[in-house]
Order: sequence, then C-alpha cells, then structure tokens
Amino acid sequence: MLRYTLKRLLSLLVSLAVASVVIFAVIEVAPGDPASFMLGVNAQEDTLAALRAELGLDVSKTQRYFNWISGMLVGDFGTSYTYRTPVSQMIADRLWVSLPLALYALTLSTLIAFPAGIYAAARRGKPGDLTVMGATQLGIAVPNFWFAMMLVLIFAINLRWFNAGGFAGWDNGFWTGLHSLTLPAIALALPQAAILARVMRSSLLDILAEDFMRTARAKGLTRRQALWRHGVRNALIPVLTIIGLQFSFLLAGSIIIEQVFYLPGLGRLVFQAISARDLIVVESVVMLLVFAVITVNFLVDLAYAAVDPRLRSRT
Amino acid sequence: MSRNLILGSALSSLVVLAALVSFVWTPYDHAALNIPDKLQPPNAQHWFGTDHFGRDMFSMIMVGARTSIAVALVAVGIGMALGVPLGLTAAARKGSWLDEVIMRGNDLVFAFPSLVIAILITAVFGAGAINAIIAIGIFNIPVFARITRGAALSLWEREFILAARVAGKGAARISAEHILPNVANLLIVQGTIQFSLGILAEAGLSYVGLGAQSPTPSWGRMLADAQTMVSFAPHLALIPGLAIIVTVLGLNLLGDGLRDWLDPRIRVARA
Repeated sequence: MLRYTLKRLLSLLVSLAVASVVIFAVIEVAPGDPASFMLGVNAQEDTLAALRAELGLDVSKTQRYFNWISGMLVGDFGTSYTYRTPVSQMIADRLWVSLPLALYALTLSTLIAFPAGIYAAARRGKPGDLTVMGATQLGIAVPNFWFAMMLVLIFAINLRWFNAGGFAGWDNGFWTGLHSLTLPAIALALPQAAILARVMRSSLLDILAEDFMRTARAKGLTRRQALWRHGVRNALIPVLTIIGLQFSFLLAGSIIIEQVFYLPGLGRLVFQAISARDLIVVESVVMLLVFAVITVNFLVDLAYAAVDPRLRSRT
Repeated sequence: MSRNLILGSALSSLVVLAALVSFVWTPYDHAALNIPDKLQPPNAQHWFGTDHFGRDMFSMIMVGARTSIAVALVAVGIGMALGVPLGLTAAARKGSWLDEVIMRGNDLVFAFPSLVIAILITAVFGAGAINAIIAIGIFNIPVFARITRGAALSLWEREFILAARVAGKGAARISAEHILPNVANLLIVQGTIQFSLGILAEAGLSYVGLGAQSPTPSWGRMLADAQTMVSFAPHLALIPGLAIIVTVLGLNLLGDGLRDWLDPRIRVARA
C-alpha cells in the first residue's frame, strides 16, 4: 500500500505541475499588458514601469511562473489587477459559497440516488424499476441551469418559499445561509442523482448475481436481509468512486448555477474577472478547480485501493 | 429494433430535420423584430409564442438547433479525430513509454472540465461559438482515446490479429485494417452519447456567455435572455429548455438503442 501511495503521489505531483504550466502558458498567450490596461492609453512610461514592478510583471516569464507557483504554495495567489486586493482573499470569500453549495448538492444527490438505485435494482424489470429508470433518463437530459430557472419560477416566484436569488450569508445564522443555497443545491443535484442512481442500480445488479448472494439466501436470510447486509455494502465500492468524481464536476457545475441565482461564488468571480481582463484571478481560480479535480481523483484512487487490494498492483 | 432505438431515432431526426429545414424555410424571419407582437404566449400565429423583441420563438428554436447540432457534432469530430488514433497507438504500443505518455496526458486533460477549458480560452481570445467547439472537443479527446484503447487492447489478444502479424502486417496497418473496424460500433455508440453531452455543454456555455454570441441564435442564450422575464413570460424559458431536453433525451435513447442493436455486450462510459 505504501509503494502504491508513493507512486500515485508522484503522479499527482507531476499532473499538478504540468497542469500549472499549461494554465500559465495559455494565460500568457493573452495579448495586452495588464498594467497599460489598468492605467489606460495615456499613462506615463514611468508610472507603467512602477505598476509593472508592483504587480511583479517586470521579470521574465519563467521567473513569473516560479513566483506564481511558489506564492501559491504558501497561500499567496498574487494581487488582483482590478481590485488591488489579494487574490487569495477574494477566492477564500467566494469559496465559502461555492464549496458548501457543492457539498450540499453532493449530499442531496446521494440521498436521492441511493434509495432510488437500490429500489430499482431490487425490483428489476418491474414497473417500479422502469419508472425509476425513465425518471433518471429524463434527469440526465435536463440542463441543470434550466431546471434551476423552473425551481425559481415555482418555489420562489409563485409559492414564495425561497428567495429568487442572492445569498443571505453565513453571518445571519447557518440555517439562513443553508436556506438560500437550497434551490441551487437541488438544481445542481438532480442530474448527478440521475447518473448516480443508474450506477447504484447496475452495481447492485452485478452483486446480486454473485454466488455469495445465493449463499446468503441459502443460509436463511430473507431477500431483504441479504440485499442490505451483503448486497448494498458490496455495491457501494464503484458508487463511491463515482461520488468522488462527481464532486469535482459539482464544483465546476456550481459556476453555472451561481449565475442563475446571482450567488457570490467562484463562478461570479471568474466571469467578472474575464470581463475585466483580470487574468491573474482567472488563472488562480482555474488552477484551484483543476487542483480540486486532480486531488479528489487521487484520494478516490487511494480509498479504492485501501478497500480493494487487487487494485494496488495496477497502475 | 428496440423501443429505445425507435423513439430515440424519431426524436433525434425531428431535431435534425428542424435544423435542416431552417436553412430553406422558417415560419417567420428568426431575426425580424416586431415589437407590437412582443411576449405573446404560444398561439395559432406563433406556435411557440414571441420573445421580448416580438421575434417568433418557433423560428428561433429551429435556427438554434443548427448551432447546437453544429457545435456538438464538430466537437465529437475533434474528439474522434484525435482521440481514436491516440487510443489505437497506445494499445498497439501497450506498456511502452508512448502508451504511458498518452494515457497520462489523457488523465491530465480529464482534469479540465469543458467549462474550465472554455473559461481559459474565453479569457484569452474572447467569447464565441468556436471556443465552445474547441472546449467541448478537447474534453472529448480523452473519452475517445480511453474507450478505443480499452477495446483495442482486448482485440490485440485475439487470434485473427496474430494471423495478421504472421502475414507480416505492421502495427499501424493492423490498427487501421483490423482493430478500427472492430471498434467502430463502440465508437458510434459513444459518439452518440458525447453528442448529447455536447448539446448540454453548448447550452450551458452559451447560457453563461462563453458560447455563441448575438446574433447567432442559440438555445442557451435564449434561456439567458429569458431569465429576467420568466415570471411574466414563462414560455420564454420553458420552450428552449424543452428543446434541449427533447434533443438530449432523443440522442441518449438512440445511443442506448444502438448499443443494444449493434452489440449487447459493449458498455458505454457516461461521464
């Protein structure tokens, strides 16, 4: 296990390093000099030079890359070109919306998908199964931002149970904050729940066909006991992998959903940064998202190998 | 033929037909402003109603289908054109450094969701439908590379491949003449699934302003425009949304149906 962990850790570090070079290189292709963009066309040459020095733009590209990376390692993401505030602070503020939203959505999607998938598998081929499968087919086809708009129309505009948008903030209490993230989380969770329910169902069906399930029934367990004690637990392994993968997609997906609900999360930050050509913010947010995806996949791989020793020999 | 295949091909053909017909005929000019008739709900003159500029929604949906299909189709094309040769090469050189580089490269691209690629491209080059195509296309490359490699690896163990090697064929020729035809079915099915994911991704990207720009009609942008008016004109949001759902549902059913019809054994990855 140690050997496997070290090997995967090395590959994680290489992936992160290559990803950071790619992101830096793409952003570097961008035409224009941030300093002259900020100061306008009539800026004096010495003012420009001073600003470039302040932003750390007066050194070579290689040097800037290493400054960027070494800064990020200690939590310094540089200074925003437009707001002149530390990027790390801006990202941290927004993460307090995006991260809870993604976690909330992940919880909801698991709570919906598990019962639905188990129910469908236990009633394979019967009307209950067909209904669940039909619903998931529809769930996969529904764009989450459109579903979000429909939720706003029904639950905010007509029923007035929720606000149509905005974030109350965590300062007004945990439940107030959670309440304003509920509709966005539902919208984000639905398509993921549809996929997860299908994975749960097919994984459980594979397990139900195993010999040990027949043994469990033969030793006198009822169908229900066998399903819960031996079936579901074994079926969870592939399902957990998908949950891990979904988390990163939820974090990225929340960027779109935030637009529907005018939530001050990472998505709003990145779109504002794009229109203001605040490339250092774009660069850092993108790096953070990619870091999250790569790291979550790494953790899922490790968890998977810990549960199933056969996987350790594979690379 | 299964029910999935029939329903899926019917829905998909309907959308493709609407897009094709829109080149020669639409009920109204999709760009013609007609302010006096604005925000009409669906009626006999305007089957899908009119938008806030009085434009005919039915015509806009028809023309919007072109954008969705074009973006998703070209993105699948990019994914296949680059991913399949990569997958074939990796399988032919299994275990070599080339295989390792290709597969690690794939993992890396996988870490960039298409939305993130689109954000990067847009930040540098500005928004447009081409960016959406590139972003979704790049995301498709590892999908096709992985599925091709996986299927090709098991084929390389088969006896008919051994026979081809004995006959003196090289790895490249075997890949093209024997491996590729045998993974074609799988690629068609996965292509259908990626096509439907591409439609969804295009809608999402143009909704947040990273895809097709005005005046190119697009379902995602119609939804973005509808957002502030959804309370008094719900049809503005309902209709483009239903168009997306019908298209994606149709393609998914078609993919499932094709899979069962072409080869019941193959399994499709749905990311």
